[in-house]
Amino acid sequence: MATTLAPGRATMVLRQVDYWITVYRRTWKGTAVFSFLMPLMYVGAMGLLLGEYVDRSGAGAARLEGAASYLAFIAPGLVAAQAMQIGADESMWPVMGRLKWHKTYYSMIASPLSIGDVVTAQVLYSLFRVGLSCGVFLLVLTPFDVYESGWGAVLVWPVSLLVGLAFVTPVLGFSAGLSSEQGFALIYRIGVVPMFLFSGAFFPISNLSEPLQWLARATPLWHGVELSRMLTLAQLDLSMAAVHVCYLVAVGALGWWWSVRRLTRRLVI
Amino acid sequence: MIEARDLRKSFGGFEAVRGIDVEVPRGEAFGFLGPNGAGKTSTMRMVAAVSPPTSGRLSILGLSPIDDGPAIRARLGVCPQEDTLDNDLTVRDNLVVYGRYFGLPRTEVSARADELLRFMQLTDRAGDKVEDLSGGMKRRLTIARSLINQPDLLLLDEPTTGLDPQARHVVWDKLFRLKQQGVTLVLTTHYMDEAEQLCDRLVVMDGGRIVAEGSPLSLIRQHSTREVAELRFGVGEHEALADQVADLAERVEVLPDRLLLYTQDGEGTLARVHERGLNPVAVLVRRSTLEDVFLRLTGRTLVD
Repeated sequence: MATTLAPGRATMVLRQVDYWITVYRRTWKGTAVFSFLMPLMYVGAMGLLLGEYVDRSGAGAARLEGAASYLAFIAPGLVAAQAMQIGADESMWPVMGRLKWHKTYYSMIASPLSIGDVVTAQVLYSLFRVGLSCGVFLLVLTPFDVYESGWGAVLVWPVSLLVGLAFVTPVLGFSAGLSSEQGFALIYRIGVVPMFLFSGAFFPISNLSEPLQWLARATPLWHGVELSRMLTLAQLDLSMAAVHVCYLVAVGALGWWWSVRRLTRRLVI
Repeated sequence: MIEARDLRKSFGGFEAVRGIDVEVPRGEAFGFLGPNGAGKTSTMRMVAAVSPPTSGRLSILGLSPIDDGPAIRARLGVCPQEDTLDNDLTVRDNLVVYGRYFGLPRTEVSARADELLRFMQLTDRAGDKVEDLSGGMKRRLTIARSLINQPDLLLLDEPTTGLDPQARHVVWDKLFRLKQQGVTLVLTTHYMDEAEQLCDRLVVMDGGRIVAEGSPLSLIRQHSTREVAELRFGVGEHEALADQVADLAERVEVLPDRLLLYTQDGEGTLARVHERGLNPVAVLVRRSTLEDVFLRLTGRTLVD
């Protein structure tokens, strides 16, 4: 009887919606201001002020992969980096809290929810946060003349979700096995910050030496930046776009699997 | 409700539960007693269908925890040793959100949350963050949360550890009412008074095994005498005096500060002690308790 009545996975995920709404209602004020202010600061400092030097140096469209201005070149990079940052953050302290400080994961899996259900709901919530924040960022960028086409501006939003996914799940898997939050510094120092600086957000990676170029191409952020830039600059290369999408989806899926595995090891002993 | 045969649980090379047989029928209040490290919590986690048994047979509500984990957990209430509440959420939200995990409709869960808050005397604190509650209130809220799905079987892992006497009595009162309503209770504790108050039947665990089983009264009859005479002499004299009273009781235990004489008739034994010209500084005749049984079975050595 029990097995025939067993609710599906989607039902189990939906049962957690009220929890995540409650969490969001508690935290949105703090994040709303930042998701508006941070992009403005980046656009001001890097895009406009630093960009003025770059544009005056006569770098030109040829050296900026066809972008009309430095701001137009880095805008898609900034959005992708924002997706990375928020995606990674959602999978660090909040995960440690549920594992170690409040231990709410333990109470969740004492209910009919499985670890897969818990991970899926948390990933979807993180993507909601990424989507909201990147959506605001993309709107803030509108008056700065960074979109070469309307469809590109629209499509870059779902790409930010893909970038978010490629960080939410692997970082969640990493956090699931950590005994203390000190490991988060590692994620920043060898993951988030180097990717932010060297994955093509601020300069074409052709400026890097050959081995470093390949290293940059291996990072999920590079795929996200390239794909986003194709769209905002309206220079779509379908085959390359497919590669980028597949890469990001694959990292996201592997990360999901790894998260479930590591959380199971941690919680089900 | 629970049926375990030769149930075992190992962590790496360490065997925490070493083959236990347990049967708990519907409506019973059943206790696992034992010192720290006896295997109580490991057993409870297996029964809660969150920790797979290493070997042996385990059936909960007639289902297998390996194959039907979610179906079992849907009908269980679990009050873990640590509260595992969401400290950032309000008291009421903790209940509502948790009820939703069981697929209860919003209106239903909302009504049950209010009812449980009343039952656990937390209505005044419904809108406060859990963070601001006292230990006793958090414990009551955790028990309230475990009742949100109106479970057939309620598992309580050390429900009153760390609470002050007032809070303990409030919790006991609530658990006693649940028992009267016919909820099957399974609890672990190392408080003997708790076990005597709440349990119809209990097992004493030590080192991963069951060392005794029965009702609190039958365990006292089986493993202790009716009464205990406690004699207090000068410091350091107890060891030497033990031999002089050994024949007056069924068993004599020497503690650093007193002698315990296990006997059927405490006053009679005491009179004979005086007849021998021994004059203890202080005496106490009392009934045997579950604590005497517990210490007899699991020893006085500290285990941690």
